[in-house]
Amino acid sequence: MSGLPLLEAAGLSLRFGPVPALEDVSIEVYPGEVVAIVGESGSGKTTLLRVLSGMMRPEAGVVRYRDPEGTVHGVQEMGEAALRRLHRTDWGFVHQNPRDGLRMRVSAGGNIGERLMAVGARHYGNIRAEAAEWLRRVEIEPGRIDGMPALFSGGMQQRLQIARTLVTRPRLVFMDEPTGGLDVSVQARLLDMIRALVADLGLAVLIVTHDIAAARLLAHRLLVMRRGRVVEQGLTDRVLDDPQHEYTQLLVASVLAA
Amino acid sequence: MTALGYNFGYLDENTKRMIRRALLKAVAIPGHQVPFGAREMPLPYGWGTGGIAVTASVIGASDRLKVIDQGADDTTNAVSIRRFFARVAGVETTERTTDATIIQTRHRIPETPLREGQILVYQVPMPEPLFRLEPRVAETKRMHALADYGLMHVKLYEDIARHGHVAISYNYPVLVGGRYLMSPSPIPAFDNPKMDRMPALQLFGAGREKRIYAVPPYTAVRSLDFEDHPFQPVRADAPCALCGSRESYLDEVVVDDRGGRMFVCSDTDYCSTRQSHQEAAE
Ligand SMILES: Nc1ncnc2c1ncn2[C@@H]1O[C@H](COP(=O)(O)OP(=O)(O)OP(=O)(O)O)[C@@H](O)[C@H]1O
Ligand SMILES: [Mg+2]
Ligand SMILES: [Zn+2]
Repeated sequence: MSGLPLLEAAGLSLRFGPVPALEDVSIEVYPGEVVAIVGESGSGKTTLLRVLSGMMRPEAGVVRYRDPEGTVHGVQEMGEAALRRLHRTDWGFVHQNPRDGLRMRVSAGGNIGERLMAVGARHYGNIRAEAAEWLRRVEIEPGRIDGMPALFSGGMQQRLQIARTLVTRPRLVFMDEPTGGLDVSVQARLLDMIRALVADLGLAVLIVTHDIAAARLLAHRLLVMRRGRVVEQGLTDRVLDDPQHEYTQLLVASVLAA
Repeated sequence: MTALGYNFGYLDENTKRMIRRALLKAVAIPGHQVPFGAREMPLPYGWGTGGIAVTASVIGASDRLKVIDQGADDTTNAVSIRRFFARVAGVETTERTTDATIIQTRHRIPETPLREGQILVYQVPMPEPLFRLEPRVAETKRMHALADYGLMHVKLYEDIARHGHVAISYNYPVLVGGRYLMSPSPIPAFDNPKMDRMPALQLFGAGREKRIYAVPPYTAVRSLDFEDHPFQPVRADAPCALCGSRESYLDEVVVDDRGGRMFVCSDTDYCSTRQSHQEAAE
């Protein structure tokens, strides 16, 4: 959480017909920082991730990315090839549904190896060793390296997706509800694992979640969204313990009541 | 034009011009698939209409044509295509690789090294090397545009993980000129090294998919592999029963009804040339 931001966006707006999915959103993410985005369904969280990661164009505003050499790039001005490369090297994206982020008909080892091969790895033994090491790190038995993800449990699939994403050592990872759709006990284990990996690798993470408890566990900073706007942001503990905006107060109260 | 409804090389001049334009583009961008508006040919697709359209567009009155199918000059398919061109272009035909100026082929590259000035025309059933891995055509186009071929290596990785080696014996994918991933058509992987820096011009025609691609003379053609699992052309470990060659690609043929088998050269011209040299030496 030092130095210059890895990602910086200002004045982002986007409408879908009459629906304002984003309205004048600004955000920064610093190296090693976990930022959570919370808010009700339809508040624009996924749209924000998609715009920040270059998968969607905003109608107004800019997104800037700082590469490891310190050069700043306008994400919307990057060509498709450069953006694809960025998504495989310095960035990662973890989808809510592991099927969107995995190749279901490719073995666990092949799934992890794909990003390595896409950036030029051509030594089978090294790729395999790295895949086995990453399986271990995400607590999947390395003996499952040739197993098909379709035969894995939901929690394992999600851990495999994380391994596949982290293998090229990105500095910034976008996660959209990574624990959604999993059993509560499985969610807790996954969150612990994400927390350990983030600390270990010094990752910056921008994570969308419905789960205030998950946000408290993982995030240094919190953004609260409503109807496309960021209504409140700040350090996680401050926002959750002393919410200023009435919508945030409602959100926190509803969790406490539940 | 000689008579109404007849034109040299069967295709009308406009169609040939269009195919030649596609060929020029293909030669300019080695390994890149160029679409062309194929005219229907009076032959079923399995007969290599793409190869025939290419041959018809490059053949001239002074050319000498050889046609092989699985290495043989005497299959029904090869004989019909040769007759077709003898009739519609009045060209000479030959079975000798060294005498031919144009060789149209399905499934093999001749054993006798080709030389400058010769043209090898491949019949291609499926030009897209990624189609089994990525069914979306728009996505395969994007992958070619970005030279994004990691997925092909994933397939090789999966083969080695499962079988201990790359389990592709035909149509083994190649990278052309260090840039485009290309299907060599269903030739045996054994033939792949012959494509590399070949002095002859290699043209590929896919009739059903309406695509043309090319490898200009002396272009680097590399079979995909891993540093620790290098590409290995495989050949049956036996000499040819007819000419004794230990270098040529062999077909296993059944010789009697008691399950007797033997290995013989798949390239019939190569084999018979060697046999006649051996007889002459005796
Ligand atoms: N492609 C689209 N076309 C039209 N409207 C869209 C599209 N994507 C999102 N929207 C609308 O934009 C708004 C924001 O959607 P978004 O998916 O970003 O919300 P979200 O906060 O991620 O919701 P959830 O928590 O349910 O995932 C919603 O009203 C949604 O219906
Ligand atoms: Mg969402
Ligand atoms: Zn022989």
